[in-house]
Amino acid sequence: MAAATGALAADPVKVGFVYVGPVNDGGWSQHHHEAAMTLKEHFGDQVELIEQESVPEGPDAERVMTQMALTGADIVFATSFGYMDQVESVAAKFPNVKFEHATGFKSGPNFANYSARFYEGRAVMGTIAGMMTESNKIGYLASFPIPEVIRGINSSFIHAQKVNPDVEIRVVWLNTWYDPAKEADATQALLEQGVDVILAHTDSTAPLATMEKSGGYGFGQAADMAQYAPEPRLSSIIDDWAPYYEERVQAVMDGTWETAATWSGIKDGMVGIGDFSDAMPDEVKAKAQEVMDGIVDGSYHPFTGPLNKQDGTPWLAEGEIADDGTLAGMDFYVEGVTGDIPN
Amino acid sequence: MDISLINLIPLLMAASTPILLAGLGELVVEKSGVLNLGVEGMMITGAITGFMAAVSTGSPALGFLGGAAGGAVLALVFGVLTQGLMSNQVATGLALTLFGLGLSALLGQSFTGLKPPHTPDLHLPVLSDLPVIGPMLFRHDAMVYLSLVALVAVWAFLRHSRPGLILRAVGENHAAAHALGYRVTRIRLLAIVFGGAMAGLGGAYLSLVRVPQWTEGMTAGAGWIALALVVFAAWRPVPLLIGAYLFGGITVLQLNMQAAGVNVPVELLSMSPYLVTILVLVVMSALGAAAGAPGSLGRAFHASR
Repeated sequence: MAAATGALAADPVKVGFVYVGPVNDGGWSQHHHEAAMTLKEHFGDQVELIEQESVPEGPDAERVMTQMALTGADIVFATSFGYMDQVESVAAKFPNVKFEHATGFKSGPNFANYSARFYEGRAVMGTIAGMMTESNKIGYLASFPIPEVIRGINSSFIHAQKVNPDVEIRVVWLNTWYDPAKEADATQALLEQGVDVILAHTDSTAPLATMEKSGGYGFGQAADMAQYAPEPRLSSIIDDWAPYYEERVQAVMDGTWETAATWSGIKDGMVGIGDFSDAMPDEVKAKAQEVMDGIVDGSYHPFTGPLNKQDGTPWLAEGEIADDGTLAGMDFYVEGVTGDIPN
Repeated sequence: MDISLINLIPLLMAASTPILLAGLGELVVEKSGVLNLGVEGMMITGAITGFMAAVSTGSPALGFLGGAAGGAVLALVFGVLTQGLMSNQVATGLALTLFGLGLSALLGQSFTGLKPPHTPDLHLPVLSDLPVIGPMLFRHDAMVYLSLVALVAVWAFLRHSRPGLILRAVGENHAAAHALGYRVTRIRLLAIVFGGAMAGLGGAYLSLVRVPQWTEGMTAGAGWIALALVVFAAWRPVPLLIGAYLFGGITVLQLNMQAAGVNVPVELLSMSPYLVTILVLVVMSALGAAAGAPGSLGRAFHASR
């Protein structure tokens, strides 16, 4: 036993993490980084972390991952959608290194993808937004036109509309994951247009900081962002990657790692819902809890028909549930969302 | 659709203030014949030092002073390297940007998630209460007006003052200015420090007013836009103002149009300020006006030559 531990200690599993933003962005990248820290705590000397932050999506990511593979990484977690093609290319060059890509849809023999069903969280946030808005206009700060973001917009809108048939959604595309000044400007622009509840799909806390200054309600995104509770932050979608990372690294240690496409939601704890703030009336809390409970016990799926596409063509019939394939590649708005998705 | 000038103008002025401040500083630096590509680094350093000063003293005014000081200190490093040790200005400037980004991330580690003291909007008697014009122009925070005052001051200094004339002479032909007995290196150092302070102010405006919080890398390229503005403006203050408001205006306009539910080609609008810059450069060089660039821009000076 002692010998086995000694052997492990001498040869730790090298785990690489690639982040799109700084590890203290207060949101997306920070939560991946914190999960990596938890991983380190869990395994101690058995793992060695190689982290690289603020890596742009594109050729730089390929260089970073190649470097990680060359320095002996056993498994690399690439934590942004835009790394997908680079992961594919590096994974092909290093068949003995395991690659895990967050929120994408491609995979290979040594190339797995994992994501969280954030749309489940969006369903809860959308419900709250629909009930809390007084102007009947809710806003959505969208980053890039990728399926994950489009699912978020659709899920938010569907559930806002369920509790408030008059609600409209205004989507602003920022073409960035992280640009606090632009996120703040866009939030301000939405507020000027009479929007009073805003869901953000970007990584910084700037939207909440702006709402604290100028009014309106928002939500924590990727992180709890509890420092902005009870107002403007009403609740939050929290990413919890740590259990998944532990499971996958353990699999590498045991030699049982296999490629997979993992997609977990609120039930498995990959998507956490932050505390409902006291700015929410009890009936709103109750309704949000009801939606959440339905998702957890499996009695309710956020994309349940009848639902039409934006142009009015039928998508899901009464009671029909969207299949994961369609959701994974979602490239259309549902009926009622205005505007076009940029290409 | 509800887009009106009353909505847009105040947002535009706030969005343009950081690049206007930084651009003004860089304009003076380049007029003295120095090319400092480190604007982004000085801005982000100003953003964090300003934020630190404001949070620890509780005073936004001291925060802005701290931002200016942070930018100025970083600029002084550039000044010593390029003027004292004659290092290459382009390489040093780029290094300054990288250094500033890293330094600010280090300094800011314990400042993420904090809230800065609120910078109040001014309420000017009579003017702020005017219908239409009041909410559009006269209800901003002091820094917006300070940036405009600074613009006029820089214009008057360069155009109508003797020190301004000397500074321009140093930038146009440092050998001649030296022959006339002017202290080229000292004048340039002063210009560099001024440029750093202005960039720092612009950065502090981002972290104290526009966002308002500290996040790593929050300038997100504003320093590079400020640099482009100087060229766009052909090294003249008034076109710089127009350029800054054009850049800020298009950003704000496209976000507002989206928020108002108007279908706009986002990518096209986002790139339009850069397209306009390229067009202006082409037109300027076609008209032979590209000579707006100071003659000694980017060239090292040593009294021995």
